[in-house]
Amino acid sequence: MGIIKKLGLKFSWLKKLFKKKKAKIGIYGPPNAGKTTLANRIVRDWTGDAMGSVSHIPHETRRARRREDVTITSNGSSVTLDIIDTPGIATKIDFHDFMAFGLPEDESKRRAKEATEGVMESVKWLEDLDGVILVMDATEDPYTQVNVVIIGNFEARKLPILIAANKIDLPNSSPARIHSAFPQHPLVPISALEGKNIDLLYKEIAEHFG
Amino acid sequence: MDLISEEKLNGMTSMEKVRLILDEVRNGKILILEKGLTPSEQTKLIELTMAEIAPDDFSGIEIESYPVKQNDNFLNKLLGKTTIKTRLTVIGPASQLKTIKKDRDLISALVSP
Repeated sequence: MGIIKKLGLKFSWLKKLFKKKKAKIGIYGPPNAGKTTLANRIVRDWTGDAMGSVSHIPHETRRARRREDVTITSNGSSVTLDIIDTPGIATKIDFHDFMAFGLPEDESKRRAKEATEGVMESVKWLEDLDGVILVMDATEDPYTQVNVVIIGNFEARKLPILIAANKIDLPNSSPARIHSAFPQHPLVPISALEGKNIDLLYKEIAEHFG
Repeated sequence: MDLISEEKLNGMTSMEKVRLILDEVRNGKILILEKGLTPSEQTKLIELTMAEIAPDDFSGIEIESYPVKQNDNFLNKLLGKTTIKTRLTVIGPASQLKTIKKDRDLISALVSP
């Protein structure tokens, strides 16, 4: 037992020695799940800056943005991350959907084109990450194909996944529904907008990606 | 609607599968894949779909599958590797196939002409 303990200590020392100094963590999810709202909150809390603009119209974020060297400290653990806020992944983009939000046809078509490029960019980033914060809208059905694809990709590569069940400030939210759909991954119910449970999320980030 | 067998899919490369799916779906077909696609094949399909979206012509695909299962049998555990078991998948044009409800073991979809 003593030998095993000693070996354990040795391995943890080796692990620290060879561990990456900082991890690239992507914020992923379907459009309008609150990815940029969460990215803004994380980056603002730990660096004082912001990542990007938010809107109720889907595909507001159409270019991935990277913020380097964000150090998160919680409960004595500290982790330095590159945070990548990614455009929402979708399997369909119809410019008519943007017109339904009151955008003119030309602008809707331009937005749709940029949104398709954004999705491709998000997919490309998947290959270059060390972990993911998967943001799900807790008021929506969690079994979307986008969630299934993102989780499947990271599981296949054995990379860590942390689920942020967002929008718990809304009355019909149900983080429990998300947990029962994907019980194999840690989940933190949050409101990125109001900051509810955000300290709990930082604790999980520091433990999970550190 | 076409039902594609596991045997046929096993004989194809990832790119061949993705190309076949997109070509058929763009022709208005709904496909049911007996074995489904791996997560990386699905991301490839999403990527190529995005490249083909054009206003008033093609708005993308509807794809639904059950979450993949980890095939962690004794031998795999012993060798420390995990293989993924893909599951039945339905794919069609977004303009014709709409998912109504989905959970771990049930997919309800509406097909319109």
